[in-house]
Amino acid sequence: MHELSIVADLFSIIEEQAKQARATRVTKVKVLIGELSGVVPELFRSAFQSYKKGTIADKAKLEIKITKIKFKCHNCGQEIKAKDISSPDFSYACPACGSKDVELVSGRDLYLEKLEIETES
Amino acid sequence: MEKSKKEVLVLEDILGSNKKIAGSIRQKLLEHRILTVNILSSPGSGKTSLLEKLGLKLQEKYKVGVIEGDVETERDAERIRKAGLPAWQITTHGACHLEAKMLAQIFDQIPANLDFLFIENVGNLVCPASFDLGESLRFVLLSVPEGDDKPKKYPEAFITSNVFVITKCDLLPYLPFDADRVTAEALEINPKLEVFRTSALTGEGIDALSQYLENKLQELRSKNA
Ligand SMILES: Nc1nc2c(ncn2[C@@H]2O[C@H](COP(=O)(O)OP(=O)(O)OP(=O)(O)O)[C@@H](O)[C@H]2O)c(=O)[nH]1
Ligand SMILES: [Mg+2]
Ligand SMILES: [Zn+2]
Repeated sequence: MHELSIVADLFSIIEEQAKQARATRVTKVKVLIGELSGVVPELFRSAFQSYKKGTIADKAKLEIKITKIKFKCHNCGQEIKAKDISSPDFSYACPACGSKDVELVSGRDLYLEKLEIETES
Repeated sequence: MEKSKKEVLVLEDILGSNKKIAGSIRQKLLEHRILTVNILSSPGSGKTSLLEKLGLKLQEKYKVGVIEGDVETERDAERIRKAGLPAWQITTHGACHLEAKMLAQIFDQIPANLDFLFIENVGNLVCPASFDLGESLRFVLLSVPEGDDKPKKYPEAFITSNVFVITKCDLLPYLPFDADRVTAEALEINPKLEVFRTSALTGEGIDALSQYLENKLQELRSKNA
């Protein structure tokens, strides 16, 4: 359950951003979770729900978008989505030409993409 | 006053603060020319047992230190000290993984003249994979009794590692564990993995692994001369 420590780091960023934007409330939080990030979305969500109490994001909705694994192939040059990690066909290779000379370009990432906030003007 | 709603585009790495601390630890370790290995596995796969053997072997020629990460107790650090190696314990009090900031807290105690620093992570094949500790190499261990179907079940640990060690190989004759199959599966997920087979009981593979680490140390030192 490392999701809780990750959510704690997320809230440091949220609070910093909310302060900068002079937000009175954060109403929505959108995160990107890589398929290979090691984070379980459901655990992340429940950690978020318990952590948000008493913070500026007390009533915030959490939106999670899963980012797929993508390889850059050094053989054929394509940047291409990998097969689903849980499928038996997944392999660390270019789905187009089969080359194993590939680099992981996305799928490990954990990003706070955007916030929806309320301000008083 | 009027309330208004707006959207703020952030695009910030949630693990950014861990990565930043890990980056400065990595920098310091490289300045001291220390090769650091972060060791991941399930509880009981034989991390401490491997370190006892490997540490002693390397200590014939080098200065070796071990950081022990556990949820509670100082038992593993005591085992390592008993084996004759310096050890520092980090207890996470509940957390299932080590984070760079925990390492930063004890970093001043690590002597700058080490050659090798091993970090035994908390026994867990999932959570530690997400946290960079500033290591030069990451090892993932899988022991023969755990079964040979693990790499695809725990892909993050295998994808982020440099070395895959199959431990407790003295048990191969007694258990239905296909070491070739598990090697092939691990390489399918991560073709860059170096694979070793060891036994802390018979000493199998310890020399090969220690030779590999010696080469890596030379490599690190010639790059950072
Ligand atoms: N047969 C056999 N048993 C081993 C070997 N290595 C370790 N063991 C046994 O496996 C058990 C666990 O070993 P440890 O070295 O404590 O494992 P660990 O990964 O450090 O465990 P945690 O720190 O609790 O996660 C002990 O009872 C060891 O004696 C080996 O090579 N062969
Ligand atoms: Mg141990
Ligand atoms: Zn290709």
